[in-house]
Amino acid sequence: MASDPSISASAGPGISSGAGVGVRSREEAQPSPSTGLGPYRLGLRRLRRNKAALAFGALFLLIVVLCLCAPLYAEHVAHTTPNANHVTDTVTVGGVRKDVVSPTGQPIGPTWQGRFLLGADQNGRDIAVRLLYGGRNSLEVGAVATLITMVLATLVGITAGFFRGFVDGVLARILDLIWAYPVVLLGIALGTSLALGGITIGPLEIQGNSLMVPAFIIGIVYIPYVAKPIRGQVLGMREQEFVDAARVGGAGPLRIMWSEILPNLSSTIIVFIPLMIANAILLEAALSYLGAGVQPPNPSWGTMISDGIRLIPSAMHLTFVPGLMLVLAVLGVNVFGDGVRDALDPRAKVRLEDVQERAEVQR
Amino acid sequence: MTRFVIRRFFSMTLVLFAISVLTFLIFQAIPNGDPAQRMAGRLSSPETVAAIRRTWGFDDPLWQQYLTTMKKIFSGEVISYTQQVNVLDEIWKDLPATLSLAIGAGIIWLFLGVVFGVLSAMRAGGFTDRALTVAALAGVSTPVFLLGAVALYFLAFKVQLFPNGGYVPLTQDPLDWAYHLILPWLVLSVLFIGIYSRVLRSNLLDTMSEDYVRTARAKGISERRVLIRHVLRNSLIPIVSLWALDFAAVIGGGAILTESVFNLQGVGQYAAESIQQLDVPPVMVIVMLGAFFVVVLSAVTDVLFALLDPRIRLTG
Repeated sequence: MASDPSISASAGPGISSGAGVGVRSREEAQPSPSTGLGPYRLGLRRLRRNKAALAFGALFLLIVVLCLCAPLYAEHVAHTTPNANHVTDTVTVGGVRKDVVSPTGQPIGPTWQGRFLLGADQNGRDIAVRLLYGGRNSLEVGAVATLITMVLATLVGITAGFFRGFVDGVLARILDLIWAYPVVLLGIALGTSLALGGITIGPLEIQGNSLMVPAFIIGIVYIPYVAKPIRGQVLGMREQEFVDAARVGGAGPLRIMWSEILPNLSSTIIVFIPLMIANAILLEAALSYLGAGVQPPNPSWGTMISDGIRLIPSAMHLTFVPGLMLVLAVLGVNVFGDGVRDALDPRAKVRLEDVQERAEVQR
Repeated sequence: MTRFVIRRFFSMTLVLFAISVLTFLIFQAIPNGDPAQRMAGRLSSPETVAAIRRTWGFDDPLWQQYLTTMKKIFSGEVISYTQQVNVLDEIWKDLPATLSLAIGAGIIWLFLGVVFGVLSAMRAGGFTDRALTVAALAGVSTPVFLLGAVALYFLAFKVQLFPNGGYVPLTQDPLDWAYHLILPWLVLSVLFIGIYSRVLRSNLLDTMSEDYVRTARAKGISERRVLIRHVLRNSLIPIVSLWALDFAAVIGGGAILTESVFNLQGVGQYAAESIQQLDVPPVMVIVMLGAFFVVVLSAVTDVLFALLDPRIRLTG
């Protein structure tokens, strides 16, 4: 939702405020005299103290590992595959034989045992198996989309900010253009048109029902939200002494961008990654819900919710199981990402404590 | 000021043109396969496809196809081949529901976003702040369609407190109109409230370290008054401009998920139904008009803000 999380003109909570990660010159990045530790060591130390962020990060990691084990679970515990149809089968629950899908079309609920642990859908497919395979797809789309966004946005942001002038003019206009579309709208535009025909990028031909189509779409849609802040930082950075020093030392533009500018952007990039993963998973779910994302019969959390939503009154597990998993995964990355931002942006932390102190004085 | 307006208007026109080109490319040139076949939908006869290829000029050069497409859209001649209805008429018919949803939700999320943001900043680091942070994170981590489905299940199906979706025109029964919209309004607002309260909180904390705030405190003004009269006033500007953009995006089709889960017969719902049937023409027209609306409204807000704050004129 960006509201549709993804719908909003603002990409997410962290993104607008995430720009606060300061532009650090080499000088400032030197180990601070009081501790003798570098900024990343300090950041790690701060992150380690943030138990909530670590716990939620672990939760996300757990979900990732579970989803990666999907084939093991399917083969050894559930004895089925994600798209296998068991409509006419029966399953024994507590000594009673039950239809997987009743003659009236009512799918079985959670059995809390190996087969149909979390119930079946109206096609007699095992929900638990689909949940794990679907999670694999959702996470894969999220990871690939984040990779596309981060690589392209960093490239565009650095190029635009470093060369300024004409190059910047063109790139900034393109970013503005993508930015003008509401996120979900651009997503469904690309999703609808590509789902039917697929796309050819250079030598790569991608089929319409491939997982890479939603990943590609989501990756493109979010580029401006990352590229714009990076461009702003590079604009400020290129005026600083360490860039001048490198230039005097005979470094060409490529070398300056690669070994002077890029390392100084790393904390911004690190802060954006968890946020983009969360947003990408949410947008995948939204697009799949509308039918413009992962194409059936491929499971994903979004398609599972979409399949189940009309049957909520009679079989709410179809919606709530993938829904809960989706929310937990996204919440996990979001809270962890929030912690990473706090850890790498000490300025905000100091400010917060400062205010806290002041508030106490007031009382 | 006049120069600013003219410049803004000029750049807006350029963006509108670029959007029309990009939308055209997305739907007709980028995907593989036959555009006429795509236009016609899944169950089409070869004759329909041939007719579509002729009327849309898919054998012409690309620039001519672009001109044909724009002419069709702006003269309101686009027809959805799956349903055989005029797309623009349909959008016009669905507009009231979308506007009702957007306006109500916009007011709610701006108001609650500001209230929660101020509460958070006043007690930064305290219990209220922490609780609101957790709530905001949960809010932005929940897809709106899931939240809507859960709300409908518990509040409309289990406890029959609210109607089970649907839209009643304002002109028909204002009370019933609001009654049907309360849940969609709240559900659509949740994510925005989460974002706005976080953004406002950090803006407020930023502003609090400014010199004039210290001066105000030094004069002995109460902390509450400093926050409301001095700090909040300045921190609201970015919030309101963010609001204008998000509001435009919601009207321009951003509420598609909310409309679809609550079965509100609005523009977004129309788009959602069209996607399910892989009916391309309505999706194309809605995407383009939606993006147009966002661009025009953001230009209008820029001009309004320039009227209010002279500094923007110089930098913009």
